[in-house]
Amino acid sequence: MNMAPHDTLTRADLSHLRAQFPILSEKVHGKPLVFLDSAASAQKPDVVIDAMSTMMRTQYANIHRGLHWMSERATEAYESARTRVGEFLGASSREEIVFTRNSTEAINLVAYSFGSLLKPGQAVLISEMEHHANLVPWQMLRDRVGIELRVAPITDTGDLDLEAYGRLLSDGKVALVAITHMSNVLGTVTPAEQLVAMAHDAGAKILLDGSQAVVHRKVNVAELGADFYTFTGHKLYGPTGIGVLWARRELLDAMPPFLGGGDMISSVTFEASTWAPVPAKFEAGTPAIVEAVGLGTAIDWVENIGFEAIGAHEATLTAHALKVLPDVPGLNIVGRPKERGGVVSFTMDDVHPHDIATLLDRNGIAVRAGHHCAEPLMRRLELTATARASFGVYTTQAEIDVLAQTLTRIRSFFV
Amino acid sequence: MLNVVDLYGEQIVQRARKPLFAGVTEKATGTAQGSNPMCGDRVKLSLRATDACIAEIRHQTRGCAICMASADLMAQTVVGQSPAKALELAARFSNMLENGSTEEEAHESAVLPPALEVFLPLKSHRSRVRCATLPWTALGEALTQ
Repeated sequence: MNMAPHDTLTRADLSHLRAQFPILSEKVHGKPLVFLDSAASAQKPDVVIDAMSTMMRTQYANIHRGLHWMSERATEAYESARTRVGEFLGASSREEIVFTRNSTEAINLVAYSFGSLLKPGQAVLISEMEHHANLVPWQMLRDRVGIELRVAPITDTGDLDLEAYGRLLSDGKVALVAITHMSNVLGTVTPAEQLVAMAHDAGAKILLDGSQAVVHRKVNVAELGADFYTFTGHKLYGPTGIGVLWARRELLDAMPPFLGGGDMISSVTFEASTWAPVPAKFEAGTPAIVEAVGLGTAIDWVENIGFEAIGAHEATLTAHALKVLPDVPGLNIVGRPKERGGVVSFTMDDVHPHDIATLLDRNGIAVRAGHHCAEPLMRRLELTATARASFGVYTTQAEIDVLAQTLTRIRSFFV
Repeated sequence: MLNVVDLYGEQIVQRARKPLFAGVTEKATGTAQGSNPMCGDRVKLSLRATDACIAEIRHQTRGCAICMASADLMAQTVVGQSPAKALELAARFSNMLENGSTEEEAHESAVLPPALEVFLPLKSHRSRVRCATLPWTALGEALTQ
């Protein structure tokens, strides 16, 4: 059944959607799986599993080099996935899409390649709520090239401190802003258009880490006006092993290659090599062919549901969680940002997040607990760890109620 | 009804709630800090020992129930023992949880003092083993300074 895009998900839609995820009928410790860890990695619908399996069964070969039918079909499938991703992000051409392993690799590519064009005296500006993936590559660049790494603070509500952001840009030394489009811990959706405009006014380029954001909202890089955008397939109901870097064509053209090898060259002699045009210049070696096709299928699947419906559904779920979770004795919601996606972090007085996660797991409920690869943010929040419930398109309000009820029982078990 | 894990026995919950060996040892001869970067658990140990005997041991633990209870039951187990015996116990405890000798084997060879048997269910919770071994790692450091 095709669902015509509309602005909300009915109960029937949701039940139809859930039926497409085989894993959701699994039991964990004898209980129905309540999967509230989609921000770490989302589950996969049948269409994605089938597309990948079908390709491996019927249409698989290496791409870009074979002169035979199978290779040509596989190349077509891989390159149509690129086209599909380009349309999905609103890229001005398909050549602006570089496939990587994940968002982390996409950011590392920019840090290495664009970063090699930076000079001491220039700065990269990140925020206090970055995932380690958008922090460590810039520290490595700082140590390699001698640039300055600046950190824009957040407010106590978990929003980016825009005044401080402006101040950090004001001396014109920032060459690149690299900032999350949605925090994986606080759920904060950053005001991307404003961040882009302020960065550009200060003469800086801007990279948005869209790993969380693309799952929850329609992203159009042209409308955002950004220079780089990254995301990963596995959070978008696609497979692992495939991520995306979008960048403006002129930036990609000016940037040196990241990895060297086959497919990224134009010609090679022992003395020197010349580079293939983008995006091949950045895709050395055999890429994740089947995974790219899986991602293309996942995008089709998501767009068939429609971001209006997905956004409305997740907003309802988040509002519901923010209503019922605070009624759990001792529970504290971490962060109250102005605009947020379907991610809710919390702590509970007298119960450590890891004990929460283990006991929830025994009751069939999967959440994440720990520092969520954002240690500096934890320090800023004066926490060592939180528990985090995150929602996907298949999450139901009833599951959030089960979470709240189980948390209440866990709390009374410990206190 | 809450499906409670075998792991969270009364002893563990009690010790996590009200540790008996929390604090700082006066005139300590050895101190160490263990931390688990994955979850932020941290154990600060201080002890006073001669070659023959650990006279006093205290811990300041910030962490989950397993880590807290493990630090406390460890202190209870090794106080009065020789440092050599405590180190041997530390090795056995970690080895049992990490390399997983079976529960039966553990009982048969009486490898562990009864107070530590509450941690045996950890063998089926691999992701939490480090919570229990962290205090023992710190103990090794405090005794070998």
